[in-house]
Order: sequence, then C-alpha cells, then structure tokens
Amino acid sequence: MSSLALRKAAPAAGTTPGTAQGPPLRRRIALVPTVTLLIGAIYTLLPVAWVVIASTKSGHELFSTFTFLPGTGFTQNIKDLNAYRGGVYWTWMGNSALYAGLGALLSTAVSAFSGYALATYRFRGRETIFNVLLAGVLMPPVILAVPQYLLLAKANLTDSYLSVLLPQILSPYGVYLARIYSAAAVPADVVEAGRMDGASEWRIFTRIALPMMIPGMVTVFLFQFVAIWNNFLLPFIMLSDDEKFPLTLGLYTLLEQGSNTPALYTLVITGGFLAVLPLIALFLVVQRFWSLDLLSGAVKS
Amino acid sequence: MTSPARRRSYGVKGAPYTFLLPASLLFVLFFALPIGYAVFLSFRKVHVSGLGLGANARSEVWAGFANYTEAFKDSELLHGALRVLGYGCIVVPVMLGLALLFALMLDSEKVRFAPFTRLAVFLPYAIPGVVAALLWGFLYLPSVSPFYYVLAKLHLPQPNLLDGGPLYLALSNIAVWGGTGFNMIVIYTSLRSIPAEVYEAAKLDGATPLQTALKIKIPMVAPSLVLTFFFSIIATLQVFNEPTTLKPLTNSVNTTWSPLMKVYQDAFGRNDIYSAAAESTLIALATLLLSFGFLRAANRRNTRDVSEGDAR
Repeated sequence: MSSLALRKAAPAAGTTPGTAQGPPLRRRIALVPTVTLLIGAIYTLLPVAWVVIASTKSGHELFSTFTFLPGTGFTQNIKDLNAYRGGVYWTWMGNSALYAGLGALLSTAVSAFSGYALATYRFRGRETIFNVLLAGVLMPPVILAVPQYLLLAKANLTDSYLSVLLPQILSPYGVYLARIYSAAAVPADVVEAGRMDGASEWRIFTRIALPMMIPGMVTVFLFQFVAIWNNFLLPFIMLSDDEKFPLTLGLYTLLEQGSNTPALYTLVITGGFLAVLPLIALFLVVQRFWSLDLLSGAVKS
Repeated sequence: MTSPARRRSYGVKGAPYTFLLPASLLFVLFFALPIGYAVFLSFRKVHVSGLGLGANARSEVWAGFANYTEAFKDSELLHGALRVLGYGCIVVPVMLGLALLFALMLDSEKVRFAPFTRLAVFLPYAIPGVVAALLWGFLYLPSVSPFYYVLAKLHLPQPNLLDGGPLYLALSNIAVWGGTGFNMIVIYTSLRSIPAEVYEAAKLDGATPLQTALKIKIPMVAPSLVLTFFFSIIATLQVFNEPTTLKPLTNSVNTTWSPLMKVYQDAFGRNDIYSAAAESTLIALATLLLSFGFLRAANRRNTRDVSEGDAR
C-alpha cells in the first residue's frame, strides 16, 4: 500500500550522497508489492515444505526433532506405505487418476458440446437452458449427494465406480467457460462458410470449431480434473469398499485410524506428500503453454 | 436475439438441441431428479403401526411440514448454522481481502518475482481440501508442529488451536490458505483487462499508485469482486471437508459441527433421510436467499451486469 511512498522517496534518496547503489535499484523494484507477495508465497508454501520434510522422518523423529530438519526415514516410510494393507495406497492413487482423468475428459466433451451450441446457434429457450444449467452451481453438493445416493441405491449402482464418475460429468462452470471460449474463438462467418461448403453441423463442430476451442477446453479439463481429484464428499457418501476409494477418502480413513495409533501418522504424512505431487506436477508442466488467467474466463482478443 | 435475418441464417433447427442433449440428460438425472426427490422426501415420514414389528409395520406416509418444524426447533442445526456464520465472517473478508491485495500487488509496476509468487499463492488450489486440512492439522498439533517447538524453546504460552475460539481461526486459516489463490487469479485477470489509456489519463492527472489502486482499479474490478464474493458465500455455507478431516485430531469438532455435517449425520448416522432431506432443502433455500440477496444488493449499487466482468 505504501508503494507510492517508496516511489516518491526513491528520487529524493538519490540526491543524498552515499547511496549511489540504492536509488537505481529501488527504482527498478517496487519493494512493497514484491515483499508482500513473497510473504504470501511463504505462507502458502510453508505447509507444503513441512510435509516434504516431515515425510522424511521416522516415527520416532517426527515427535522428537525440530520439524524443519529432515529425518532419515523416507525410504522406510515409502516401504511402510507400500506394505500397508497390500499397497492399497497405490490403488487409491490409481482410482483418483481414473475418476479425475476419465471424468474430466467426459466433462470437457459435454461442456464443449453445450458451450458451442449455446454460443453459436440462436434458438428458442437458449438463455433458459443456459441459466438452468448454471443454477446447478448454486446447489450445495451434499444436498445433491444424499438424494443422488438414495436414487443410485434404487438402481443398485452405489459403491461402484460409476456412482462417483457419473454425477461429476456435468459441470455448470465448465459449460459457462466453454460458452465464453467458444463465443470468443469461433467466428460466426467461419461456421457459415462451412455450411456454404455443405458440411454437416457435426462436421463443422469437429473439424472447424473444436480445434479453435482447444486452449479453452484444456482449461475446462484442468478445472474439472482438479475438482474431481480433490472431491471428498461424493466418494465419502457413495463408497464403502476401500478398493474403490480415491486418495482423499483413503487418506481420511488412514487419518481416522491414525488418531488412535500415532504410529500411523508417518503413513498419513507420507501419503499426504505423495498425494500433493501429481497435481503440482500437472500444473508445472501445463504452465509452459497455458495461462492461469484462462481459469477465470479470460479471453485474449 | 432472434431477429428474422439471424434465424434464417442459422436454419439448422435440430442441431443445438442435439448438442445440448448430453448436458440436459445429465442435468435431469443428477441435478433435477435428486433435488425433486429430496423435496419429496422432506414432506414424508415413516409411520410405525403397532409395535413396529412385521413386514408391513413400517410405511412411508405424508408428513406435511413436520420435518421442517422439527428442523427449525433443532438446536444442533441452529448451533451449526451459527458456527458457520462465525466462520464465514472470518473466511470471506480475510480471503477476498488478501486476494485483492495480492492481485493489486501483482498488477503494480516493477514488481519482482511476480510469476513465481503468483504460482506459489495459487498452488493450494491444486491441493485437495482433505490433504490441506491434514497438513494444517498436523501443524496445529503440539507434539509434531514446528510452531509449538519454537514457542516451547522461547518459553512462550502455547495456545490450543484445536479448541474453543482458536478452532475457528484454525479452520478459517485452512479455507483462506486454500481459496485465496483462485480468487486472486479472477481479480488479477480482470485488473489486466483495464485499458492502458485509463492509466495514462490517471498519470497525466498526477495520481499516485495508491490513488490509482483505490480510485480506478478497485471500482473497475468491482464486478469480479462481486463474483468472487458470491462464490465464497456459497462455498462457506457448504463447509464440510475441513472440519470432517480435523475431527479425528480433536474432540472439539463434533459430528454436527456444520449444517452439512448434520445433514450427513442424520442421513447416514441416524438413518433419518426425511429429516436430512428437510434440512438439505432449508440449507439450499438459505444459500439461494443469501447469494441472490447479495447479488441484488450489489447490483443496486453497481448497475453493471455481473457476468460482464468475465465475458470481456
């Protein structure tokens, strides 16, 4: 907030002798914003740094040594995690990848269809359909999840992969983003030209519109991948067989047991550390060709 | 929207409906039907005839508003709602305040390490709420936390973060940590869409960076602030994962800490789906009332459309 004070002070400081190095440097870096942001970064990175270090500690070290010093038990912790209930942790990891990967893919497809239709065509009920779909955002998930569970129970589908996969395919936010990207990326005259050439509506969509919408669709995919990967409530309600658990639910049950046996703490911490890695890796890889701003619906003109 | 010329040029009548078919089908199956079923159940109850033994002794009958009057009289639900209200009063202002502050700082001139700090503040978005609660839970736990280690070495008092008033701060901190980054990106995106001419005009008028931030930037990003506020209210009312995850670490979080935990407890702990359905309906109505009430209030102050901030 006092960056203005700094910038005003900088030229003034330049006139005083003995600060030859200071002024040009200070004029190049706005100190207050930089420091504020660095403090913010420390705050967000601290728990992550802690879990990285804590996962290297043996059970004994965890309770006895200063927790920002690395320990010696990392390989043992990984071995223990592998051994826990026949490696069920990796089943959870695989399940999470399946739910999030397949779910996000289907969700992106549904969002692309809907967003394209809502952006390209003028038809009766367009705004009504859009608003009704969007209203889904407002529904608290637990309020949906309880009746979803009861209805799926009638169809004998609870405690199955489908019970976690199906309810997460339609994403109101995904449809909203897809409409914005489609409206910005697919010019109406290109669609019209395709029609002049006699292409079918489906062909225009797959061959012309979809390639133009790809950057936006990557965003929808990532958004939905993260949402499903991080979801806890739905699997918590739907599943009882821990062979089908995603990571979030598996770690929760591990923690629940760990509260009685602190020996499991190291497993929970190591499991938590490994659970954080895939998404961080995903974002770091994707960051090279994709901008965070797209997540909030930013469209470059 | 449907001028004759346009309707003629988009003559392919069935296509949009076909494209919208998967979404509509999923909406009906996984949104509309469950909501309708929940509302239906909220007006039902189990009628037990005789001693409740035998195959046909228990039957479902209409309950009128009985489940709703019970829910209103339920002190657990009320206390849960009050707890979440207190929690929301901390989370929403702190999280959005920090998000706005960081967005303005990122947008200021000559800031260093911006790409790094932007990614760092955003990072918790990629971490599941359960894992976040688990990480912070351990950092709140005196036996393993580095903070307590330092406090003990310095012979300072060690507050119990998992009980009483500090528990609210502890839970709020997890939500603030997890949510600030995403909101920062939303606000920052709309900051960057402000045309450069606006700043040039301000500079010619001799505005300082602080004045530019307060008088130009914040009013210009008001629509995105409204949007983030709106989503934050909804998310706060739905708090479930964090208190549920902290529950194994402390006795102060009970099974009905938040209204949604109470719904879960009634539906699956007590097997009373009718009360759970009535409570769900009430929470959904409260969410709609609060969020739309807020939107109306915001729109009255700011006549611009909310979605305009994003669609730009």
